Amino acid sequence: MTIAVASGKGGTGKTTIATNLALVAAERYGYVTLLDCDVEEPNSHIFIKGQKVKEEVVNVKVPEVDESVCIECGACSDFCQYNAIVSLKGKPVVFKEMCHSCGGCSLVCQPKAIHEVDHRIGMINFYSAGKINLIYGLLDVGSPLSPPLISTVKKYESKNALNIIDAPPGTSCPVIEAIKDADFVILATEPTPFGLNDLILAVEVSRKLNKKFAVAINRVGSGDDRVHKYCKEENILIILEIPDDRKIAELYSNGKTIFENLPEYRKSFEEALTKIDGVIQNG
Amino acid sequence: MDNRPREIVVISGKGGTGKTSISASLAYLSKDCIVADCDVDAADLYLLLKPISIEKHDFYSGHIAEINQDKCTGCGTCKSLCRFDAIKEDSNSKFRVEPTSCEGCRVCVEFCPEKAIDFPERLCGEWMKSETRVGFMVHAKLGIAAENSGKLVSLIRGEARKLAQEQGKNLIIIDGPPGVGCPVIASVTGATDVLVVTEPTLSGIHDLERVLSLANHFRIKSLVCINKFDLNPEMSEKIENTAKDLGAKVIGKIRYDNLVTKAQIEAKTIVELNIPSSQDIIDMWEKLKSN
Repeated sequence: MTIAVASGKGGTGKTTIATNLALVAAERYGYVTLLDCDVEEPNSHIFIKGQKVKEEVVNVKVPEVDESVCIECGACSDFCQYNAIVSLKGKPVVFKEMCHSCGGCSLVCQPKAIHEVDHRIGMINFYSAGKINLIYGLLDVGSPLSPPLISTVKKYESKNALNIIDAPPGTSCPVIEAIKDADFVILATEPTPFGLNDLILAVEVSRKLNKKFAVAINRVGSGDDRVHKYCKEENILIILEIPDDRKIAELYSNGKTIFENLPEYRKSFEEALTKIDGVIQNG
Repeated sequence: MDNRPREIVVISGKGGTGKTSISASLAYLSKDCIVADCDVDAADLYLLLKPISIEKHDFYSGHIAEINQDKCTGCGTCKSLCRFDAIKEDSNSKFRVEPTSCEGCRVCVEFCPEKAIDFPERLCGEWMKSETRVGFMVHAKLGIAAENSGKLVSLIRGEARKLAQEQGKNLIIIDGPPGVGCPVIASVTGATDVLVVTEPTLSGIHDLERVLSLANHFRIKSLVCINKFDLNPEMSEKIENTAKDLGAKVIGKIRYDNLVTKAQIEAKTIVELNIPSSQDIIDMWEKLKSN
């Protein structure tokens, strides 16, 4: 089973929720896998400290042209939809960063002058933190395409235990890759105009992907009741509310979790996990 | 090249550090710039600037594969060639394309033996040219679960530059996206300055390092603003050192001020309200002008 924590707007508490839920789940089930799929800016490892077990370099396939075989017909550059292979004075030139690894250019090359080679886009770090198995992707700076790395991180989902995914912010390709196979999505937001605007977008994405989802509201008390009203009108379950408490902000700034340091808030995370369980079991 | 307008891109690495509130405030203080919202995934700047559209355009980008069910013989060639796992088999043993997974590469279209796959252009959203109380604004709305936010960002920046030229403006302020990936790269390449808004948290520092490395990678001058600096003064000091090490200058420190949310609720920029943090932003703006 996989729970993904996503949000339209950044900085609404995805990592806070993912890491604290992981701690609850570890206590309850004895084992949990936390996958940080916010590969552009992963932060879960700041809060869940463990021993590094291994790391793995992640490559994608990009074309390489054998000039001694190339007949300079231009079929590859005509075919490429991403301008990743361009004919300059007849000679194909590859722009690796633009390549989506579809394999099209090598398929359309008649003289078979194109073969695919590995191109590094990032790495995956594996940590063991007691009952939490933390796996996080880290996109190389300057590498634009995160979805292939996110999809590689997801390959390490545990088959027989709970997985929690810390997803990237936004509403486009990286988020979709992170949440599309999840059994349940938590949408983190805050009670402000920006929070509501971006929550509505995230709800639309979740609905388009036919996901079961619920909302978690962070910094309750800092804004107004527009997010609560919206959830009520749309019949969306609110599974977690985190108050606007300076103690929480200070803990966060020092890389500390709520679960381990503010026992008064434990219960709300425990209840959130129970509610999700209920929704997944009962549809 | 010399009379190219200055283009300040406000980015952060980590989301939710205050990019939009600060971009809007700077645009308000300038009163003589073009403002653009390049956080096309979750565009919020319009909530503060209340733009009135003067032009609206559809944004088409790339294509999408569509299998014609009448022609599909169920051979499965498309599925075996698709690298994006975007082709699904239906119960009638025909195939269909899952639009949210299709990256529009054209491989299936090319190799379908029945020529049963269409490849229409893909509507990915819309972009607008608008008027606001702080001047002209270029912004967009990416379609739900749409692709190519990077291309949309490039388009918006191009339009903002054109508009700056037409209007004789020397400054473009861009509200950028979070992260370091495709839309961020599209937002910063070729810009004159990036202003990184960070916060004094371990996550903030971690993400600041990555986003400053990105700016260095593209050789763009970077300036740093520490938002809520007094939340953790020790961490703020670390940020100043980190910034210095990476060749960036801290030009603004904004105090923790919970009235910032009030500004958002009233659809105002921070500097339009006389609240404690307004002065910090005004001070930063003065430095920004001369840096």
